[in-house]
Amino acid sequence: MSTLIEEKTKQREAYAVDGRSQHTEERCATAFRSKREQRRYWLFLTFFIVGGLLCAFGLLVYNNPVPFDSPSFIPVVERRVVAVITMAIAALCQSLATVAFHSVTNNRIITPSLLGFDALYSTIQTSMIFFFGAGALIGFSGTSAFLTQVGLMVLMSLLLYGWLLSGKYGNLQLMLLVGIIIGTGLNSVSSFMRRMLAPSEFDVLQARLFGSVMHADAAYFPIVIPIVIVVGTLLYSFSNRLNVVALGKDVATSFGVNHRRSVIFTLVLISLLMSVSTALIGPLTFFGFLVATLSYQVTATYDHKYVFPMAFALGFFVLTSAYFFMYHILNTPSVVSVIIELFGGIIFLAVILRRKSL
Amino acid sequence: MQKPMTTRVETLSQPSFSNIWTKSFIVAMLVVFILAGLSLVTGVYDIRQEGGSDMFWITRVPRTIAIMLTGAAMAMSGLVMQLITQNRLVEPTTTGTLEWAGLGLLAVYLLVPAPTLMMRMTGAIVFSFIGTMVFFWFLRSVKLRSSLIVPIIGLMLGAVVSAVSTFLGLFFQASQTIEGWFVGSFASVQVGRYEYLWLIIIVTFFIFILANRLTLAGLGEDVATSLGVNYSRLILIATGLIALAVGVVATVIGNLPFLGLIVPNIVSMFRGDDLRSNLPWVCVIGMGTVLVSDLISRTIIMPFELPVSLILGTMGSIVFIVILLRQRKTGGVR
Repeated sequence: MSTLIEEKTKQREAYAVDGRSQHTEERCATAFRSKREQRRYWLFLTFFIVGGLLCAFGLLVYNNPVPFDSPSFIPVVERRVVAVITMAIAALCQSLATVAFHSVTNNRIITPSLLGFDALYSTIQTSMIFFFGAGALIGFSGTSAFLTQVGLMVLMSLLLYGWLLSGKYGNLQLMLLVGIIIGTGLNSVSSFMRRMLAPSEFDVLQARLFGSVMHADAAYFPIVIPIVIVVGTLLYSFSNRLNVVALGKDVATSFGVNHRRSVIFTLVLISLLMSVSTALIGPLTFFGFLVATLSYQVTATYDHKYVFPMAFALGFFVLTSAYFFMYHILNTPSVVSVIIELFGGIIFLAVILRRKSL
Repeated sequence: MQKPMTTRVETLSQPSFSNIWTKSFIVAMLVVFILAGLSLVTGVYDIRQEGGSDMFWITRVPRTIAIMLTGAAMAMSGLVMQLITQNRLVEPTTTGTLEWAGLGLLAVYLLVPAPTLMMRMTGAIVFSFIGTMVFFWFLRSVKLRSSLIVPIIGLMLGAVVSAVSTFLGLFFQASQTIEGWFVGSFASVQVGRYEYLWLIIIVTFFIFILANRLTLAGLGEDVATSLGVNYSRLILIATGLIALAVGVVATVIGNLPFLGLIVPNIVSMFRGDDLRSNLPWVCVIGMGTVLVSDLISRTIIMPFELPVSLILGTMGSIVFIVILLRQRKTGGVR
């Protein structure tokens, strides 16, 4: 155990040094301990990218009722392209947000969905149908509705972080707990409203509340794709800083990083990603956790420059392969997200039961 | 030398309540009785008209009794859980116990076509016992960096369990039914539907008997053992009692969030941490809290009524946050 800790410490030091001195090549502190681990990383990354692309291609053309050379082939594929793009966006949002969240909170067993995004999302949706009826919920799907939702979610998280992380008593874990409690409060509000609904309205709502890439609306893409690309790039370019922040407040401060500012900045990016993902495909609690945990297993480094691409590729692979199998092989399309959540939950249990300290 | 020591603990662990009847406690009891009286006369049906006394005995009295019993039960379960885990933020909602009870209910529904109340309750009790034991075992086997992480893990554990329930519910098309049970409400309480709640009296009795030993357990395993407490047996019994209370309440009433957290914290804010003299207070304030919430839920949109868990969930989350922020200022939370 102690040797492992030593190794980890050495590794972390190496990245810290790496992060501070990119220009001095001769110091040669690489992200990987050995060439073998590096090769393994690239092997896995290639595998997941190729696998993801293959499954995506399969989703596009497999079982297509129209022959390849017919003129109606393209429209059919176009409808499926929307689903695949949504998967890519969801994978990017969830995986990047979770990995970054793990680093800034210095804790690898929580998920950003703890901050109450799901609850806020379902409260907005439920109150739509509760106060204005099923027609309003179906109507509440334009660009402005989408932006309103994202705006509300980001605003809430900004208030929460700004309030709880600044000042003398700023405390990350307290912020998490308060976020969860706000989420629970909102859940009890929306769950009460759901109880008052007629079963038919409840069904309309339930279809909305379970995350599914099939509900995504291509009309959102012109807003969503730029947001996601910009935020993703920002987060990726923030990798070096995140490497240091992940070492904890004291170490980060002594390396000359303004810890609190970095944390709040990262959290805002995370809340943007999570809001976009939740508003686009509905709540997902454990998908990000599943992807992040698996990518830590196959990435033998703490450097975010390597973890982020792996998490993204893995997330895309998990989503596309799950949908491919469920649609075309098992023929049970409606439960994909529930199964991913279940699997993520089981992985979560396995991870925390093996932990020695938290 | 060992034997006298053990006997001494055993004698001391029979609580004596002579110092309970202080003026403030009597006032608190009076307030609760007045609230109970209000609860008896509140409702859409006018009990002065003909058949009013039947109505009174069929619904009003059972409802008020049910409220008082569940209030006491949930508040005490929270208190006992907090002692065992040595953590102020633990209660049936933040350990996933309630979600386990829900899974138990669902499992009974899936295994038996038309289960009786007794079968459902057994399922809920067994599953909440397993769930709580898993959580306690996990807490003991893990080194914690912060006390705040415990409720976070508990709530995530609850999320995992409810993901399983959601999956099963969706698979067997019982989602809205599950949702229905887990919004706690006293609306359906009447003669013939609430009698199992009297089991809570047994739980209360045993918790009072174990009060001193539980206080010792709150000092940690080592201290408790050296003072002559059979620690693991005590934990097992206490978990059984909690599971019994939570399982019964979950089956008959539903989910009552945060009650076990707010009440003991408020009591220990103004009374300190002596379990033996706090226990009656926790019971009384638990009863009072649920009575008030139920009165609100019955009157706010008359002639309809809200589920009481909505009121408790909303108020409770606000109070929880206030408690957290207060403790942050005094440095109680690290």
